Amino acid sequence: MKNNRIKSILMRPEISTFIMFIVIMTGFFIANDKFLSPRNIRIVMGITPEYIIVAIGIAILMISGEFDLSVGSVFALVPMTMVQLVHQGIPPWFAIALGLSIGIAVGFVNGFITLRFGIPSFIATLGMLYIARSLTTVATGGFPPPFPHSLPNELFVFQFEVFRASLFWMLGVAAIAGIMLHRSNLGNWIYATGGDTGAASSMGIKTNNVKMFCFILCGFLAGFAGMIQTFRIEAPLPSQGYLLELESIAAAVIGGVSLFGGVGTIFGAAIGAILIRFLESGIIMARIDAEWFRAGLGSLIIISVVFNTWVVRRGENMVHKNNAEEELKDDDSSKEKKDEA
Amino acid sequence: MSNENIIECKDLNKYYSGVHALKNLSLKIKKDSVVGLIGDNGAGKSTLIKILSGAHAPDTGHIYFEGNEVKFKSTKQAMNLGIETIYQYSALIPQMSIARNIFIGREQTNFSLGSIGLMKSKTMDKAAMDALNDVELHLRSPDTPVNQLSGGERQGVVIARAMYFKSKVLILDEPTNHLSVKETNKVLRFVEGLKKQGVTSIFITHNLSHVYPIADHLCVMARGEKIADLAKEDTSIDELTDLLVNG
Ligand SMILES: Nc1ncnc2c1ncn2[C@@H]1O[C@H](COP(=O)(O)OP(=O)(O)OP(=O)(O)O)[C@@H](O)[C@H]1O
Ligand SMILES: [Mg+2]
Repeated sequence: MKNNRIKSILMRPEISTFIMFIVIMTGFFIANDKFLSPRNIRIVMGITPEYIIVAIGIAILMISGEFDLSVGSVFALVPMTMVQLVHQGIPPWFAIALGLSIGIAVGFVNGFITLRFGIPSFIATLGMLYIARSLTTVATGGFPPPFPHSLPNELFVFQFEVFRASLFWMLGVAAIAGIMLHRSNLGNWIYATGGDTGAASSMGIKTNNVKMFCFILCGFLAGFAGMIQTFRIEAPLPSQGYLLELESIAAAVIGGVSLFGGVGTIFGAAIGAILIRFLESGIIMARIDAEWFRAGLGSLIIISVVFNTWVVRRGENMVHKNNAEEELKDDDSSKEKKDEA
Repeated sequence: MSNENIIECKDLNKYYSGVHALKNLSLKIKKDSVVGLIGDNGAGKSTLIKILSGAHAPDTGHIYFEGNEVKFKSTKQAMNLGIETIYQYSALIPQMSIARNIFIGREQTNFSLGSIGLMKSKTMDKAAMDALNDVELHLRSPDTPVNQLSGGERQGVVIARAMYFKSKVLILDEPTNHLSVKETNKVLRFVEGLKKQGVTSIFITHNLSHVYPIADHLCVMARGEKIADLAKEDTSIDELTDLLVNG
């Protein structure tokens, strides 16, 4: 009984990611002991929350069985909108609200096109990737605008001793998303919708509404994270978040989120995102040419998915073996009974 | 079995872009009975039960449930009245646990904002185990993902779910498909148990030998029509086989 519990925990893909995380961290630490110095942790953890927030949105959407390739572009469009609105004389908090609602609107349009026309979200959001990026560049008017210091950026990125305020915002997002996904009935519907849309809707779940919610949440979180990045570097760049869509999917997948929907956790996606950032830092600190980062990331994606699959399969085999043994026992005991009779 | 009709359909017709899948089908189903609905591939069995379960609307015709006319707009409406359907293709989410599956769409929640709330996981786990025990299905833990169960156990979980939510009518579309003999017997025992607990079941199959032993009534379909509707006393395996083969 207890054994089974341990096995079922070991079978969870985010746990194998966590093990991999420890191994990689140890490896880089051996290569350069400054890797885990407060200074380096401060640098890495200063930027990681932004990526974790995007990865959380992507992970939830992928669990519901859909994709969003436009997060990188939304990551740039939302803060650019905020900055330009402030330059137009709109009050900062109102500009922030309007900017975030652009993220929500993009999520809604992604969901609407995907669900209304029954096309793959891969295509709908690929289109949006280009559209939103183009809008961002147009919004700059050809020249990146200066950062308006009336925006309350310290509230989001203030540098404490080791961590930035963004870490606490990220923890807040993760806690709310985690409770929603793992503890609420809405979370149950998200897993059911991604696991088997047909079965879920036959049980009365409005699967399109569930997916729409996830699209909107993903767009909102991508915009929110982009805002934090712009607030941190105090410069709205039209190229911000370039290729972030692939990196976020990578983070989710490394953390055990399934490409086919219905499987994954917030914790896994967060670990995946952290792992990517420390990998980048580790490669730099080990004095390896930074160009190797992408090769490292590529290998990490493949290795982690292979490893996850292997761990899950091994766990399943153990369970099947247990079942078979128990059935044998059943047969034996019924034989004994017959013998007694 | 009582003499009241729990479900009555009159002159149902359904077209699928040119295919006339149900032709003037009328049917009466008695309370607390087991009805075997048999017919070859494409006979229209699934179409009929999709209409009874609210998944599709008939193009013409009427349905009466416990004497009152009903027009279902969704499966949820039918479920709320107590008509639960187990589809040919599983109605379980493979990666989710047994307990989560039993409560999909009907989770017990602590407090709620609109329809969203925090799930009472412990209560649901316990209720799930009780529901499984009620159908004599003894599984190790409510946390086991459904994809680790055998086909027969999965059907058992679905039946336990229907029982837990006090269904009056349980429709099973080919519940014994792809099951071994041993597993098939398990499912048949579940269905027999339902009758004792006052649940009417409609058992769809194209394998007569599965449903014959447990059915009270047999209904044969071919090409969208009902070609026979017989009480078990009035028929035999040979006659039914003949009807099935020769339509
Ligand atoms: N969604 C659909 N669109 C078009 N035609 C359909 C659809 N569903 C069923 N049909 C057609 O309606 C007819 C009846 O199909 P139905 O699924 O009800 O048969 P069945 O008796 O359940 O068969 P089986 O034993 O193979 O499950 C078939 O000719 C089928 O091709
Ligand atoms: Mg069918």
